[in-house]
Amino acid sequence: MALLELKNISKIYGDLKALDNVSIKVDKGEWVAIMGPSGSGKSTMMNIIGCMDKPSMGEVLLDGVDISKESQKKLTDIRRDKIGLIFQQFHMVTYLTAVENVMVSQYYHSMPDEEEALEALGRVGLRERAKHLPSQLSGGEQQRVCVARALINHPELILADEPTGNLDEANENIVLDLFRQLHNEGTTLIVVTHDPEVAEAAQRTIVLEHGRVAREVINENFGK
Amino acid sequence: MLFKMIRGVLFHQRGKMLLIAFTIALGASLATGMLNVMWDVGDKVNQELKTYGANIIVKPKDSSLLADIYDVGEGEQLSVSYLNEEDLPKLKTIFWAFNIVDFTPFLEADVTLPDGTSARAVGTWFHHHLSLPTGEELDAGVKSMRSWWDLTEGEWLDESAENSESSVMAGVLLAEQEGWKAGDEVVLSGPKAEKTVTICGIFDAGGDEDMQIFAPLDLVQELTGREGKVAQIEVSALTTPDNELAKRAAKNPSALSSRDYETWYCTAYVSAICYQIQEAIPNAAASAVRQVAESEGAILDKTQLLMILITALSLIGAALGISNLVTASVMERAKEIGLLKAIGARDRSITGVILVEILVTALLGGVAGYFMGFGFAQLIGRSVFGSAIEMKVKVIPIVAVLVALVTLAGSLPAIRMVLRLRPAEVLHGGQ
Repeated sequence: MALLELKNISKIYGDLKALDNVSIKVDKGEWVAIMGPSGSGKSTMMNIIGCMDKPSMGEVLLDGVDISKESQKKLTDIRRDKIGLIFQQFHMVTYLTAVENVMVSQYYHSMPDEEEALEALGRVGLRERAKHLPSQLSGGEQQRVCVARALINHPELILADEPTGNLDEANENIVLDLFRQLHNEGTTLIVVTHDPEVAEAAQRTIVLEHGRVAREVINENFGK
Repeated sequence: MLFKMIRGVLFHQRGKMLLIAFTIALGASLATGMLNVMWDVGDKVNQELKTYGANIIVKPKDSSLLADIYDVGEGEQLSVSYLNEEDLPKLKTIFWAFNIVDFTPFLEADVTLPDGTSARAVGTWFHHHLSLPTGEELDAGVKSMRSWWDLTEGEWLDESAENSESSVMAGVLLAEQEGWKAGDEVVLSGPKAEKTVTICGIFDAGGDEDMQIFAPLDLVQELTGREGKVAQIEVSALTTPDNELAKRAAKNPSALSSRDYETWYCTAYVSAICYQIQEAIPNAAASAVRQVAESEGAILDKTQLLMILITALSLIGAALGISNLVTASVMERAKEIGLLKAIGARDRSITGVILVEILVTALLGGVAGYFMGFGFAQLIGRSVFGSAIEMKVKVIPIVAVLVALVTLAGSLPAIRMVLRLRPAEVLHGGQ
């Protein structure tokens, strides 16, 4: 059953078509990678899937509901309740500790619960670093805090934009292992990347070129 | 969580927040100082102007009417009727009793001097102690109402001293003409009696009074046979500058609507005080000494306008400063704000957090500014008026509201920026 379906979506900035009549479908529990060169429309697609932007044309169905015409307020609510976001640049609140950064997500979702936030940090192997500020954490640790923050509210969809783009190989593997765990638990993952190794970790890869879906590749080695 | 976020920002951006607090403190200090001075300057200027004489003259009704008809100047007595001395304390029973700061009665008589020449004797109070029915104690008289007189010889007549009823003060020109010195005894012949008096002091008033004798009121009443009577009363009152309502009321109070009448009656306009004096003292006609009243009004209006302008300019300056600083702070935190939006924070939550941060900063700056303003007002009071400025309690809520409004107004551009900020625009891209 499809969790997310983009139907003929286009995003047009003046004369530029960032996305041109794109249609994709992502099933519940599926792990999909979106690849493509710079300017292919990856970030635009992520913004639309992440409810941070609206398409100029087409429909975005999330859980069967078209959200392409929703208000900003409603999109914020959908993003808060259903989507966990992970960014390339980590993006943490610099004056809050690791556990507080996770709790911020709880605060805007429901109620901050420090024990639950510590458990989430424990899951990414950072419980003992919970009281550290972002400036006291390495890049890999910061990204793992962001993963903990993304999964704390048990979202239906985790959307990651170049999650390993700023990480060394060791930390890249840690993050990919976390994604595997999440996938095994049934979480739907969409990972935007330009790294073929990260894309190969997914079940399926959608390749974008010039704002269009150039091809889709099923990863035969997935799970092996 | 909210507390942690606000505390985090306040400490993390403490340099910027201190600058915002300092800007607010400057605006608040100027507003506090100026408002306190503005409200106290009325009393201060009034007190200064009171040293230049009375601003209300009270006469018997018929003599006032004759004076109006025949345009008779001061000192020329056409009066055939008098006010009762026993009614004078009633001046301190009117609605604006506390604004009556001084008053003194006058009764004039032409007396014959030993050399056969004639002179004008003015009976009055010098430093007369009154115990009012209200329980208030008051010292009134010419000593305080003619503060510009120079005593060239002797001393002021002391009404509490023995033989004060047979002491007088002489104008410097008359004393020169008659060859009098302080301590000399002189026989004054009035229409009804003759009295031997001692000249206790000689004064230089720089006017007609220099050719007159100033004597205790009782003495002149005895010389003229008008015991218990006074011809006129000079009153020094703290007044509010006239406005259009006061001018209309001065012409005819009964033409006012009941609401206007109440407003006028309950404001210390000189015309309202005159009206109330007439109500309190039977057969009295009170009129304002226009030059004094109008000078007071003009000086107060201009001073207060200047204060309001300085306050407004300082607050506008503070708002601009706050606007720049808060906008810079928000721009610096654009990624953080974008992140909060991305993880589900609504605009109003983020705006609320930013406003609370700014208002906490404003509170600190406002309190510091209030106390700075307190010192600022005292500096102005001491250097301009030579006395302390009384701190008005009403300034506190006004400054609090002004600080809040200026802070909110200054934060508006930053809030607009927050509302327009789209997470997609700040969270993607290079580092």
